[in-house]
Amino acid sequence: MTRPRPAGGKRWLRRLFLESASAALALALLVWSLTPVYNMLLIALDRDEGDIEFAGILWPPEPSLHSFHAVVTQSYWLVEDFWHQLGNSFFIALMTMGLTVSIGSLAAFAIGRMRFGRGWLLVNAPLLTYAVPASFLVIPFTRLMASYGLSNSLWAIVAANVTFATPYAILILRQYARLIPLELDEAARVDGASPVRVYRLIYLPLMAPALAAVGTFALLLAWNEYLYQYVLLSSTRNMTVAVAIAQFFNSDEAPWNYMMATALLYSLPPIAIFYALRRYMAAGLTRGALKS
Amino acid sequence: MLLGSELTWTLAFVVPYVVVFIAFVVYPVARGLWMARDPSLYRALLADPLYARTVVNTALYVGLGVNVKMFLALLLSGFFMRRRWWIRALLPVFMLPWALPSIPAFVSFHWMLIGEEGLVDRLLWVLFALPGPLWFNNRWLALAWNVVAAVWKWLPFWTLTFLAGRMAIPRDVYEAADVDGAGGARRFVHIVVPLLANLYLVCTLLDTLWTVGDFTTVSLVSEGAPAYSTNVLATLGFQYAFDAAQPALGVAAVMTALPVLVPVTVLLMRALHLRQVQL
Repeated sequence: MTRPRPAGGKRWLRRLFLESASAALALALLVWSLTPVYNMLLIALDRDEGDIEFAGILWPPEPSLHSFHAVVTQSYWLVEDFWHQLGNSFFIALMTMGLTVSIGSLAAFAIGRMRFGRGWLLVNAPLLTYAVPASFLVIPFTRLMASYGLSNSLWAIVAANVTFATPYAILILRQYARLIPLELDEAARVDGASPVRVYRLIYLPLMAPALAAVGTFALLLAWNEYLYQYVLLSSTRNMTVAVAIAQFFNSDEAPWNYMMATALLYSLPPIAIFYALRRYMAAGLTRGALKS
Repeated sequence: MLLGSELTWTLAFVVPYVVVFIAFVVYPVARGLWMARDPSLYRALLADPLYARTVVNTALYVGLGVNVKMFLALLLSGFFMRRRWWIRALLPVFMLPWALPSIPAFVSFHWMLIGEEGLVDRLLWVLFALPGPLWFNNRWLALAWNVVAAVWKWLPFWTLTFLAGRMAIPRDVYEAADVDGAGGARRFVHIVVPLLANLYLVCTLLDTLWTVGDFTTVSLVSEGAPAYSTNVLATLGFQYAFDAAQPALGVAAVMTALPVLVPVTVLLMRALHLRQVQL
């Protein structure tokens, strides 16, 4: 006996509808994700300094790499320290990443794996950090940095970033660590391994995907951060690229194509690192979230 | 039971974090509360029409931004679960807004919207021959664009989080549903929603805390325009402190969000304490 035809036809229609709806959604997401980036490119490729004239066109008439050249060779006063400032941004981002991963993993290990973290306060203290957002603390933080002798220092920015990246790191690391059986630690301890050895030889290697996820999170947080850098770093030499981009707004005859070229170049390192570590991200983020 | 040496080790492991917490969380918060202790500051805030407006903006920015973000992220994570090569290829492109630093991204949003020279108005003109409005001359349009920019920037992060949550649901649960003939919608209601409910709650609460503290989006996209009418608490506090040179008033302004932030944090802690989902 054959199936009645209408059902088969209906199924086929449903499939067609589903596939074309998916394709339309994919196209919409593509446009949504790329438009602001395209806009940056459009302005950066404009040869004219400053005004972009409305001509009803969506591509500069004479696209040129002139503005990128100007930024890379530092041949305009607003970009005269570009490479040095990019170095500062790198310093802050890498220090934030390294310190967040090490401080966060040590704390998560102690709280989650050492039969110590039953105390409500110790488990929850990291999250209390988010009760007062970073941007709310910038004023007391600035005064504090002055009394610690860290005004206008890159370390002040690193400290702020680590403070606000670590709670999330501890949260994710503790969730992920649920996948690693505690018996593994205990067996090693029975064999006489010290906590440091358990941490180094069992915890860290098995946690690698989560550490990569948390590290990327900290790195992107540092690269996204702008308020603390803007308030705390005053001298040109200690500025980061993020602050340098904001400086364009304070200048009267700012060449916007230079600003966009700077912004695009500033975007490349985190994008490269993000895509290099992307494989680990999904695995690390919530793999442990459904296990209990 | 803790042995003496084990306790020492544990303390050694948590000391770095405890130092960070005390030096950069407890101390600044205490100092902030001390700066904002004078009741006359709060009377000054209540008397300032800018403050009342800012509270409304913050509630809208957070309420709309967080919920739109979470809801879309939940739906899109289902879309990215589909096994098609072109959907897989799209995922890295979709992740780009998250990888792109905030400053360039929001500066670009600002430039897309600066009137007829901006890309949005140019597109409206080329595609539909419509003269676009001056987006930053209208409080509600400017506020809406702040929300759009925040959703644009953070949607990939939350989509990825939900995607990872969905991938952690064992395949056989889906297969059992298939055998029972449950279609996409019923599968969503009876499997995805109950299993991801707590994750959804945790993410919503966490993003609420982060969005209340968001300074960068509003300060770069609408810049508070028109006439400071799209400020949120974070940018208003900054303006009081640095543009009007009244740091105590700035701290007081942001501290008025604590009666909301503290309960949200407590809820978050409780949601994390629930044994998450038993399969």
